[in-house]
Amino acid sequence: MSPSEPPRLRMDELQQRSLLIGGLALAVCAAGWFFSPQQFFRSYLVAYLFWIGIPLGCFAIVMLHHLVGGGWGFVIQRLLEAGIRTFPLMVLLFIPVLFGVRDLYVWARPDEVTTEAFLRQKDLYLNVPFFVTRTIIYFAVWISVGYFLNRWSLEQDRIAEGGLTQRLQSLSGPGLVLYGLTVTFASIDWIMSLEPRWYSTIYGMIFMVSFVLAAFAFVIAVAFFLSGLEPLSNAVSPDRFQDLGNLLLAFVMFWAYMAFSQFLLVWVENLAQEIPWYLHRTTGSWEWVALSLILFQFSLPFVLLLSRATKRRAGILSIVAIGILFMHWVDLFWMVTPAFYPSRFHFHWMDIIAPIGVGGIWIGVFLGQLKERSLLPLHDPRFSQTQEQGA
Amino acid sequence: MNRTPVYGLMAEFTNPEALLAGARRAYAEGFRRMDAFTPFPVEGLAEAIGFHKTGIPLIVLIGGIIGCVGGFYLQYWISVIDYPINVGGRPLNSWPSFIPVTFELTVLIAALFALFGLLALNRLPMPYHPVFNLERFELASRNRFFLCIEATDPKFDDEATRRFLESVKSQGVYQVEH
Repeated sequence: MSPSEPPRLRMDELQQRSLLIGGLALAVCAAGWFFSPQQFFRSYLVAYLFWIGIPLGCFAIVMLHHLVGGGWGFVIQRLLEAGIRTFPLMVLLFIPVLFGVRDLYVWARPDEVTTEAFLRQKDLYLNVPFFVTRTIIYFAVWISVGYFLNRWSLEQDRIAEGGLTQRLQSLSGPGLVLYGLTVTFASIDWIMSLEPRWYSTIYGMIFMVSFVLAAFAFVIAVAFFLSGLEPLSNAVSPDRFQDLGNLLLAFVMFWAYMAFSQFLLVWVENLAQEIPWYLHRTTGSWEWVALSLILFQFSLPFVLLLSRATKRRAGILSIVAIGILFMHWVDLFWMVTPAFYPSRFHFHWMDIIAPIGVGGIWIGVFLGQLKERSLLPLHDPRFSQTQEQGA
Repeated sequence: MNRTPVYGLMAEFTNPEALLAGARRAYAEGFRRMDAFTPFPVEGLAEAIGFHKTGIPLIVLIGGIIGCVGGFYLQYWISVIDYPINVGGRPLNSWPSFIPVTFELTVLIAALFALFGLLALNRLPMPYHPVFNLERFELASRNRFFLCIEATDPKFDDEATRRFLESVKSQGVYQVEH
């Protein structure tokens, strides 16, 4: 690959600036931790969940695309793969959560476990050593499967050989099953266990879907910003953005379907152990956050993405995508924060600085990974086929 | 309608690229009343003969809105107006539990509108169409590509149009009778 000089320089500059902003914001958060450690961990958890969602979604989309194919995937494949390669960074960024386990999770405080009977019953699963072990297992799965997805895809650039495509496909089937299992358990461990009395069996599905939604929104925006760069500029077209817009629409609807299904079941049952989760999130001004999710994470993008004109104009599509990404953060904030402030809406300045901090570092590393390889998979036999047909 | 004995002129092509180029030139030449026939979908062909907008999205939207409003009102009328029953102390207008049926009916009515709208816009079922009077036309479902300029087109002229169609690299030009 011989990229033209100016765009590469711009990417270097962007990377440095992003790392700088991220570093500064994290330093400010460290000061916040000094004054209010508990609030720091609460804000940091939401920020972390937002940014781990993107590589996780990338991970799922890459495997989905290896299985089903289609021209849309080759345009974003390298962006997705660069996203997967940020998993080691996410391991490092998880360390503050480990330090905050006792501040965040009620089941991790020994004095509460001895007094609360229901926590003693759940202690077999919800205890700190097992929590850490499970987290290590999730990352081991994501990093190892992600490593082979990246490695074989890169080898395919050098040698045009059909066997690698086959190998990527046979890894992706079991890989998606592992994605389903690990994300289900991770969402239970990291988020649902904040309120250990409450449980929902659809919870893991909600996160599987919303992570993929977030990743689609993210790569659509990135593909738009990079669409002038060689060789990506040869592959992007209104048709491709329409495909991606259709997938974005599908996942907006899928997210709404999952989120509503959970709400409907809890609402209809109206059981004393389940309904408080929604009561906390729909009273004390939290209801406005819930309403904004219905309007701006479902209704508005749904109506906008129905139109062919929105999907074919990359600039407008990426604005919609960034809006969805922002609302995904609001969604996580709404799911996590009422666990700590059930009676009244609460917003702390660290809730906004922490995502900027984690995000600055993450985007910096992401761009670094992106620069290392050609922006398009070169020798995938299915890719050249779709280029010729324009389908 | 005053029917001329000639329905139109049909040009035959051996590949989709030639048909596409021919269709684009016919449109540029000013012909509007024409149709193309291919054994498989050819990308860009509809646009090439000036077929940009279809009424289908609007019809489906109307069907969807009817299904959505009708589906919700169906349940609202039954459980609030016609036969109110207290179920577990829930409000009579339990809208969250109405959503699944509302959604299903939205999809169903929109799909039915799509199907019947499509048939109506294509004027199907159509027992008779003049293009089948041309014997070679059966090749349109095998390996030949056809472009037909209809006699009702204001620019249609038997001689000039025939010469034009012969000039666009077609395999042959045939007259289609009523």
